[in-house]
Amino acid sequence: MKQPSSRIKTLKIDGQDVGAHEDETVLEVARENGIFIPTLCELEGLSPHGGCRLCLVEVKGINKLLPACVTYVEEGMEVTTNSTRLQEYRRTILELIFSEGNHICSVCVANGHCDLQSLAQKLGMYHVSVPYRHPRRSVDASHERFALDRNRCILCTRCVRVCDEIEGAHTWDVSGRGIEAHIVTDLNQPWGESETCTSCGKCVNVCPTGALFEKGKAVAEMAKKRGFLPYLTLMREKRTR
Amino acid sequence: MMIEDLQKISDAERAEAQKYEHHVHVCMETACIASRSDQVKQALTEAAERAGKPCRVKGVGCMGLCSAGPLVKVEPDGTMYKGVTPEDADEIVQKLGDSPVSRLECDTNVPFFQRQVKIVLENSGEIDPERIEDYVARDGYLALYTALTTMTPSEVIAQVAKSGLRGRGGAGFSTGLKWTTVAKSPGERKFVICNADEGDPGAFMDRSVLEGDPHAILEGMTIAGYAVGASQGYIYVRAEYPLAVERLKIAIRQAKRLGVLGENICGTTFSFNVDIRLGAGAFVCGEETALIASIEGRMGQPRPRPPYPAEHGLWGYPTLINNVESYANIVPIMRKGADWFSAIGTEKSKGTKVFALTGCIENTGLIEVPMGISLREIVFDIGGGIPDGKKFKAVQTGGPSGGCIPEEHLDMPVDFESLLQIGSFMGSGGMIVMDETSNMVDVAKYFMEFCMTESCGKCVPCRVGTAQMYDLLDKLTKNEATMADLQLLERLCDVVKYTSLCGLGQGAPNPVLSTLRYFRHEYLARIQEANHEAAFLTD
Amino acid sequence: MSKVRLATVWLDGCSGCHMSFLDMDERLIELADRIELVYSPLVDPKEFPDSVDVTLVEGAVSSNEDLEKIRHIRKHTKILVSLGDCAVTANVPSMRNSFRVGEVLDRAYIENASTQQQIPNVSVPTLLRQVLPVHSVVPVDVFVPGCPPSADTIHYAITELLEGRTPDLSDRSRFGA
Repeated sequence: MKQPSSRIKTLKIDGQDVGAHEDETVLEVARENGIFIPTLCELEGLSPHGGCRLCLVEVKGINKLLPACVTYVEEGMEVTTNSTRLQEYRRTILELIFSEGNHICSVCVANGHCDLQSLAQKLGMYHVSVPYRHPRRSVDASHERFALDRNRCILCTRCVRVCDEIEGAHTWDVSGRGIEAHIVTDLNQPWGESETCTSCGKCVNVCPTGALFEKGKAVAEMAKKRGFLPYLTLMREKRTR
Repeated sequence: MMIEDLQKISDAERAEAQKYEHHVHVCMETACIASRSDQVKQALTEAAERAGKPCRVKGVGCMGLCSAGPLVKVEPDGTMYKGVTPEDADEIVQKLGDSPVSRLECDTNVPFFQRQVKIVLENSGEIDPERIEDYVARDGYLALYTALTTMTPSEVIAQVAKSGLRGRGGAGFSTGLKWTTVAKSPGERKFVICNADEGDPGAFMDRSVLEGDPHAILEGMTIAGYAVGASQGYIYVRAEYPLAVERLKIAIRQAKRLGVLGENICGTTFSFNVDIRLGAGAFVCGEETALIASIEGRMGQPRPRPPYPAEHGLWGYPTLINNVESYANIVPIMRKGADWFSAIGTEKSKGTKVFALTGCIENTGLIEVPMGISLREIVFDIGGGIPDGKKFKAVQTGGPSGGCIPEEHLDMPVDFESLLQIGSFMGSGGMIVMDETSNMVDVAKYFMEFCMTESCGKCVPCRVGTAQMYDLLDKLTKNEATMADLQLLERLCDVVKYTSLCGLGQGAPNPVLSTLRYFRHEYLARIQEANHEAAFLTD
Repeated sequence: MSKVRLATVWLDGCSGCHMSFLDMDERLIELADRIELVYSPLVDPKEFPDSVDVTLVEGAVSSNEDLEKIRHIRKHTKILVSLGDCAVTANVPSMRNSFRVGEVLDRAYIENASTQQQIPNVSVPTLLRQVLPVHSVVPVDVFVPGCPPSADTIHYAITELLEGRTPDLSDRSRFGA
């Protein structure tokens, strides 16, 4: 008879011995153990995206950097989350995000409530050394209660995923590719004319920046409420079990 | 379909061929058709009828020397004509069996033809790609029949593994190992995909194989399906290849009718179907996970690997993805044996490689050479060197993820490891030759623009990094850049290379890195000549 | 011990950072024991002195005049500090960068002007193609983000510099703060 295989894995993260269930990601285990790995596109309760590349970690014996959000634990794995090289890469990636859009924190509705802004502070990124691109991007304020300012969008696709996976409306999508990529509602219709949008506001609340916001909010007033997400996910998981 | 049936078709086809004293092969691939080879074929057919000569005119696949098209070959004497026009038809037909038309003659006794070794292109230029009988007459579908009736799937895989074949899509992963992984991955269903989304600038190897020998791909895929336990295959081919698509459709129809594709192939319990899926013009869909997303009807964006498609592929099932040229090698390997194949090439890179030779070179076209041949032989012997007495400067391999190789490395053998070592990449087989008039900063900018516009936009380093690098290269070519800009360019190259999600981003800095490595002085010259103030001025 | 020679300059910004500087209130008096303010919108001298230890720059680089000024200042300053978001990121002034200079001037002086529709071109500096953060024009030694950075942050940054240390602002300021 075959030996049964173990479903509990032990590994090292930043020299710390940790235990994990085999279907946990490096990111989840790091968080359980109070080890900080920066993320932006990831949001608990939504499917992983792997696009922001901020959670890249080093794994001993693998010459590629791996995104912690989609890398599953393995027995004996040795993970480094915060080497000098990773810090430099993260900083540059963050700078690239800032350089891509038009992020003017001082006049943003999400000032003080923004994941991008607070991450810059946390990672000690006090200035952007790559040139700002200052794209000309459009604003969609056609919805009765919400608005989209593409100047502040970082294409994390949290809105796309929450709308598809949690609300089930699939109003949001990404259109175009590369540096021209941008989010759209329905088939690039004005948000206010969308036939699929339920006006639930989940996209607004998961948006890490001030790209999606409630109308009537002034600078620094757009605090995001995300409590619903783990709650809804939990309820659904229970129901399907 | 039994072996006797194949034999019968083959015999009938050969007997039919025997009736003719002369065989005139006209290239009917995209490049030659663009220079009116279809009209040449028509004119030759009519001329033959008028002359009443025992002559058969046949449309065939690529004969290699595309720059001299339309190409016409006369068998059995093997005379090759170049630049044939419909007006030449009568003269060619009249001279059949006599001395050739000297003004049109193309010398085949030159390295371009003599130095090639044809495995993938063995039928190209020989058979009519729109007639399965012609393929069968050259032992087509015999390998499939033999595999299905005399070998177990694991024996098939063992033979492919033993041959040492490595994936021809670029990275050179062991084909046998890939097949094993898919075969061993548990799944109720499995899929076989042929990646025909060839998109590198200057590359047309896969197109030529599909247009010239589509049954070889179908047969290779079917053998793969049998080996890994799949019953459905997809050919993901770019919509920009209408002729290839048309010929594949014809081939699939004919193969099904013959019973070598579809239900109970060759009378066995094995069933395998192949469908075509058209790409919508996104380069990134050549990346396997993006390709799978596209077949599934989703946006063509890659996802992080692992899990690899071998385990978790199309609709979540184990999926084998190989490139066109990889599949084209399967039939010869099955027919002639693993030892025969592994005797060709180098220790770690077996067999041949097809290259699309383009740019500032005398002989533009499609070549197949044994692995390990030197770049110098390819460029100066087979390629005939640089036209107009110009000096060679660099050869670019590996497409937008590849690098520019200078004169000093021309004696490097062409194999997966050597090319990586000198900062380039085998890639799918595009080979662009540049002469002394090319500026390498412009070249780097060209490839960066390609990557920028083809980036899918999913991950930050590729989406923004390629745009930033393009801006910096643009600044360099406009003579506005500073040393700080060059330093930033190098820093971004490093970040984009190591943090991007898929091969497109990871490879995007390579043209810059390789030109910086070998032609740094050209970057510095641009900076020295620069007017840094210009960048600040009002538009 | 001789006093540290400090300068402050005001490029394209709203002067909020200078207001925040003044908000140091009584701490300014303490600082005055250790600092000599040799050049600033807040003091008299009109020429930037030849040797300055620390210069705090408020504002982005928007015009040819800003460009000349900051290059001159860099040459004569040991430690250059980008003070506030306009200097650090180009901030609000950079919002014109998505448009061409001509478009912006037209909008301001022609389309939206009710009287005397003309673009000023006498004795005003020429606008640059793009509004730029200071560090993209000259090397910057210390970055103090914030819009404006609080008086506490500025005080901390200055006292750290006086102690010969590079201020660590991670818990004290951020963009937009």
